[in-house]
Amino acid sequence: MSSLSSFWHWWIIILTLGCIAGTWLLLKLNQVSVKPADNIDDPTTGHEYDGIQEYNNPLPSWWYWMFILTIVFALAYLILYPGLGNFKGYLNWTSAGQWQAEQDQATIEYAPIFERYGAMSFDELKADPEALKTGQRLFANNCSICHGSAATGSVGFPNLRDNDWLYGGTPEAIETSILKGRQGQMMAWGAVIGEDGVKQTAAYVASLSGMKADAELAEKGKTTFATMCIACHGPDGKGNQLLGAPNLTDKIWLYGGSPNKIEETIRSGRFGQMPAHEELLGKEKIHVLAAYISSLSSQQ
Amino acid sequence: MPLLSRMPLRGEHNMNHEIVEKNIGLMIVLVIVAISFGTLVQIPPLFFDKATTEPVKGLKPHSALELEGRDIYIREGCHVCHTQMIRPFRAETERYGHYSVAGESIYEHPFLWGSKRTGPDIARVGGRYSDDWHRAHMFNPRDVVPESNMPAFPWLFDNTIDDPITDKKMTALRAVGVPYTDEQIRTANDQVRGKTEIDALLAYLQNLGTVLKDKR
Repeated sequence: MSSLSSFWHWWIIILTLGCIAGTWLLLKLNQVSVKPADNIDDPTTGHEYDGIQEYNNPLPSWWYWMFILTIVFALAYLILYPGLGNFKGYLNWTSAGQWQAEQDQATIEYAPIFERYGAMSFDELKADPEALKTGQRLFANNCSICHGSAATGSVGFPNLRDNDWLYGGTPEAIETSILKGRQGQMMAWGAVIGEDGVKQTAAYVASLSGMKADAELAEKGKTTFATMCIACHGPDGKGNQLLGAPNLTDKIWLYGGSPNKIEETIRSGRFGQMPAHEELLGKEKIHVLAAYISSLSSQQ
Repeated sequence: MPLLSRMPLRGEHNMNHEIVEKNIGLMIVLVIVAISFGTLVQIPPLFFDKATTEPVKGLKPHSALELEGRDIYIREGCHVCHTQMIRPFRAETERYGHYSVAGESIYEHPFLWGSKRTGPDIARVGGRYSDDWHRAHMFNPRDVVPESNMPAFPWLFDNTIDDPITDKKMTALRAVGVPYTDEQIRTANDQVRGKTEIDALLAYLQNLGTVLKDKR
């Protein structure tokens, strides 16, 4: 605190020091010295219950000195640390300063490691077991929430081990995905092509990967597909990684491959989003992460 | 000879502590007086300290939908397991982002800092995960995080805000210093009417902690 007005500044100082002085005064006023030779007529407090009397023994001296010590401690603390209004204390301690010191220490320890990783090529990183271990930890802390701790994804969150990539599987493309994030844009077609159109197109899309589909519906859907879908998914349905349009011929379905799910995707669209991590993690950590993620699918 | 201290004997001293010790009502009053010194030193000055009374740059009051989301957050007891207070330790800032500062909570009535973490801190969860993830996670947390013990909140997807009193909430908040404009209050109900509760909650969550741009 350094922004208090002088009224509150002195309010805190006077009350705090007044309390300490008052405590000391209370202690002092109640103190009596006793020597063993003192001959006290009645050493009890006068309480008596069922024949049991209570002695009025003096407070042990170590206990008395503990009281004095707490007062000394309080005063020493208030001199060293911020406590008295706007007075900063002789150590100049702040919680933000302590945090900064922790950060600086960590920078000294870890920055050279990530600097080295940042300068290495993806191939070098993938051959370095230490780097991959670091990548795995980063993945567990930052990516596993959506992509799963084994990187196998779940509905709506891509599997990163299967060599099927929406935006490209080169380490460079993976790095860009993490740095800048991705915005999936599958339009909602329900209002445009109608419910029949949705069913027909879904049947055609299912047939692309050799799944069972009503041939008559699929034939009708082919026309719709050729006019509406090829712009992103391509004439053969193999997708376009520049747009993040998935390959529809490979039996890998991000949002489920049942007829119902395909229809729902066409009807209402999908807007998958990969959040940007550059601000959060920094370039060097993301470089290691990209190498790690790339290593997952190239192992298989 | 060591200095000893003790309760004075009867008649030995003129302090009247016996009166206090034998009169519990008086003792309670005196204990409250003693404790109140701490309160008077620690609390009232903060009401007048700029560090705790001025909003951080760029802080805006919650929008109508965010405000409804915040009330759903409170209704469902999210604050019982999730804190919104990142402490200034490296272990926390590495995981959650920049530590929380007082100026971020100026418009919070009541604040939702919390004191117990069963789940993670979410002071800066805004923008961290996609809307899709939040929806999947709220509908059934196990669908995306198999180890999670968070309850599912499927009803948020069905309940809609049909009869909003958002304008009244905003008026009440304005009375305690949140700078809502007349225009905001006038349009508040229309902005939230018919929205699902999950929409409102996501609007609130995706905005949490996004004012402080420096994440580390």
